[in-house]
Amino acid sequence: MSRYLSPRDIDWTVLIIALFLCAVGALQIYSATRDTEFQSAWWKQIVYVLGGLLLMWIAAAVDYHTLLHWVPTMYAGSVLALLVTYLFGERIYGSRRWVPLGAGIHLEVSEFVKLVIILLVARYLADLKVDVLEIREVLKLAGLVAIPTVLVLKQPDLGTSVSYLAVLIAGAFLAGLRWKYVAAIAVVAVIVVPVGWQHFLTDYQKARLVSFMDPERDPQGKGYQLIQSQIAVGSGGMFGKGVTKGTQTQLRFLPVPHKDFIFSAFAEEHGFAGVVVLLALFFVLIMRIVQNAQTAPDRAGMYICMGVAALLLYHASVNVGMVVGLMPVTGIPLPFMSYGGSSIWTDFLALGLVNNVRLRRFVN
Amino acid sequence: MILPPADPNLETHLSDKPPLHDDTRFAAGKIAVFQYVTVAVFLFLISGFWRLQVQNPEFYGERAQQNSIKSVPILAPRGRILDRDGRVIVDNHSSFTLLLARESLKEEHLRPIAQGLDLDYTDLEARVRRFRSRPRYERIALKAEMTPADLAFVDSHHDFFPELVVISAQPRLYPQNGMLAHVIGYTGEISEEELDLPEFAKYEPGAVIGKFGIERQYNDWLMGVDGQQQAVVDSRGQVRQVLATKPGIAGKDLQLTIDLDLQAVAELAMDGRNGAVVALDPRNGEVLAMVSRPAFDPNKFAVRIKTKDWKEIRDNPDNPMLNRAIQAQLAPGSTFKPIVALAALETGTIDDRFTVHCSGGVSLYGHYYHCVEKHGHGTLSLHNAIVRSCDVFFYTVGNKLGIDNLSFYADLVGFGQKTGIDLPHEAEGTVPSEQWKLRTFRTKWYAGETIPVAIGQGALTVSPLQLARAYAGIAMGGKWRKPHLTKTLDQADKPVEWGFTADNWKDVIDGMYGVVNEGGGTGVRAQLPHDEVCGKTGTAQLASNDFLKGTAAGQAQNMKDNAWFVGFAPRPAPEIVVVALFEHGEHGQFAAPIVRDVLKAYFDKKDRLAALHQQEVAAGFPRPLAPGPWPQF
Repeated sequence: MSRYLSPRDIDWTVLIIALFLCAVGALQIYSATRDTEFQSAWWKQIVYVLGGLLLMWIAAAVDYHTLLHWVPTMYAGSVLALLVTYLFGERIYGSRRWVPLGAGIHLEVSEFVKLVIILLVARYLADLKVDVLEIREVLKLAGLVAIPTVLVLKQPDLGTSVSYLAVLIAGAFLAGLRWKYVAAIAVVAVIVVPVGWQHFLTDYQKARLVSFMDPERDPQGKGYQLIQSQIAVGSGGMFGKGVTKGTQTQLRFLPVPHKDFIFSAFAEEHGFAGVVVLLALFFVLIMRIVQNAQTAPDRAGMYICMGVAALLLYHASVNVGMVVGLMPVTGIPLPFMSYGGSSIWTDFLALGLVNNVRLRRFVN
Repeated sequence: MILPPADPNLETHLSDKPPLHDDTRFAAGKIAVFQYVTVAVFLFLISGFWRLQVQNPEFYGERAQQNSIKSVPILAPRGRILDRDGRVIVDNHSSFTLLLARESLKEEHLRPIAQGLDLDYTDLEARVRRFRSRPRYERIALKAEMTPADLAFVDSHHDFFPELVVISAQPRLYPQNGMLAHVIGYTGEISEEELDLPEFAKYEPGAVIGKFGIERQYNDWLMGVDGQQQAVVDSRGQVRQVLATKPGIAGKDLQLTIDLDLQAVAELAMDGRNGAVVALDPRNGEVLAMVSRPAFDPNKFAVRIKTKDWKEIRDNPDNPMLNRAIQAQLAPGSTFKPIVALAALETGTIDDRFTVHCSGGVSLYGHYYHCVEKHGHGTLSLHNAIVRSCDVFFYTVGNKLGIDNLSFYADLVGFGQKTGIDLPHEAEGTVPSEQWKLRTFRTKWYAGETIPVAIGQGALTVSPLQLARAYAGIAMGGKWRKPHLTKTLDQADKPVEWGFTADNWKDVIDGMYGVVNEGGGTGVRAQLPHDEVCGKTGTAQLASNDFLKGTAAGQAQNMKDNAWFVGFAPRPAPEIVVVALFEHGEHGQFAAPIVRDVLKAYFDKKDRLAALHQQEVAAGFPRPLAPGPWPQF
């Protein structure tokens, strides 16, 4: 099979867009972190991206059927790693998300688990080989996904844990879940959400979710980040204030402008025009991945690509929606742009999976 | 046409469909739904940016600017206050003031801030609450005169409490022990009531303005114009870039007519006593010294007085905040007699040969009026009546004069009206007259009521300054100048003039000379050997002694008579008038030494400067004389 593998066959459109987003991200990280303790972040980010390219190739090279074969092991490993994170992880900003590996490297396990969830969903649904998904099967799969989801929710990391559910929901939808079950799940959610609100969300998570509804209610407290972000975006206007000229970003009114709020910093410095270009690129990126799903040789490949597409759509929409106040403030990174090794590597590994499927589209 | 051999596998390729349940076509519709959802999500996101960036960029741009551009006040120092010789009476000192920037205030920070800076939490919270209705850029002055410990606290907690802003300020430094406290007054943060007054309309809340005394009267002159610095600050409040600096304009110095040497002597003379001293230059109305006791410490008011200190001042029964020199309204007692004498001579009611026999009292209108001398003064001329302060003589003269003449001359010397001195809150006192009685009590004047007025009792009340002005004008032969406290500002005014008959005037002045310099004179304690001091004592009753005699209240300190003395010198060409009010001093003779001390200080200084000047002339290096009232040799 390896004779079919050629770098010429990988999805260059996706890769070039991703690298362009990374470049914009690195520039924005540079602009947002000048003269701060994070001022070396931009070149670290470039190093992460280069590492990400290598990981992408590795993820593309190993046949995804082999990867699917190892899903049970990977799943068990993920749950174990999340448990370790939960018990021994390093507490930063009030949540245990990072596992110190020594030499100053902290691994955010929950990021990589996203890929395992994609593979898990793909394997489970592909193995069913049915055109209509029974609710029984959905519940079984949901049970499998629920374990890592709850572990991540307990870290606490609401945004990432919901991303697992996004992959699950997209998969179940594609696998032919009947509309009546969709309705049923909605009803269950209505019952479960208040319970989860009571038992699984911390006060801080609740406050952030509530402040999204009405940020001005507590402008100095939980609504602060959202208000500052909206000011940054709005003051950018049509063409932005220019690189390194955004007052909200440069004067630190914007929280974490190189991580979760990088799009806000970008919108301030590049304006509506830059935002439209960037969102168009994200849109094309996702649509290209969906196209790869359409040309996938089998259901597993299709589920993998759609899982990646769903994950990216979730991340892009929740993160970008957050900076303008359309979504609640949840700490999730913007793919390819937010600073952070774990998230960049996860993004490129996900692209690797897409290319993995693409490289094998003519197998039959 | 040669066809290539058919691909043997072609048929199977086409027919050999992928296994039934591993084709991906079944999901094509769902994938299309996903694509539409993606389009919808992106349009939704774009709409969010459209709303912020295209529809409302000005609104958010303004808020971004409010965030990052802060204006920090640069407090302009007030002008200094100088004495007549240019010596500094009130200066400023450098210190740091802590402001609370309310736009970045977090309520939960108040308690640790209050703890760290040793402030009262409830008081702080109340002040923050009071400011709630005001625009957010207005800052609250948390603490003036920050100690090094306060500064260290703010500096080390910069990241935690970005709402704390330190600015440099120059608060007032006033003389110690309440010296000149009532004249100078004090400054303080403008109050909400004052903000509503037209006089203070131009000031912002938080401004430090003159509240009392000279500080208030000449606030506009003394007060500078605060500057402003516009700076870009980051979210921690640290200045990143200064955009514009509008420097403050310092207030102008104000030179007073007060002579610190005389003032110090007068303050010392009043030490431990309640009352007031006023020294005037009769030639031009300049106030050389003005003391009011008890005093207060204006330094406690400099920016914001502590509640405890304010209570202490407010609850003091002696009322230290009262400037007795211009606000006390007391019977002048016998110090009124020279004016009565002048009135009687001028109106021709009596002439200089007129005598009265004093047997210790006189019966008028069915009432027996006592003289101060129980056994009587015997037969007295006008001169001796003034020297020995005989009440019977002036009862008789007053009775002849009538209340109309008395009130006319009291009016003429300035009683019952403000002197117009450049200090706020001056009192005008009372001159009783028939009209006054009708106006105030709606009853007619009884002739018997004239009798006590003739010896400066009854309804007649004056302030020490009014008395000083009255004597100054008389000493100058009938030329009254408006008393004033500043040299810097133009004080040109039209003097009030009245032509006295020279002989009449000389008779009264000679009488006052006798008070100090003749045997039996009541004011001999004011004597100075080489300077011809004239004067008059006054012992003003607070209530009828007849009534109080023997009662415990009558013995009490606070019911004892007030002692007055007015002196001026030298007789031929008066240069200085001094009034001393010694509350509960029992007799005017006890106020006389206070006046003497001030007069002596004046003439000693004059002699000293003259001698110094002569030495310098002899040495060939005469210094220009300090600006002052001193004659130019």
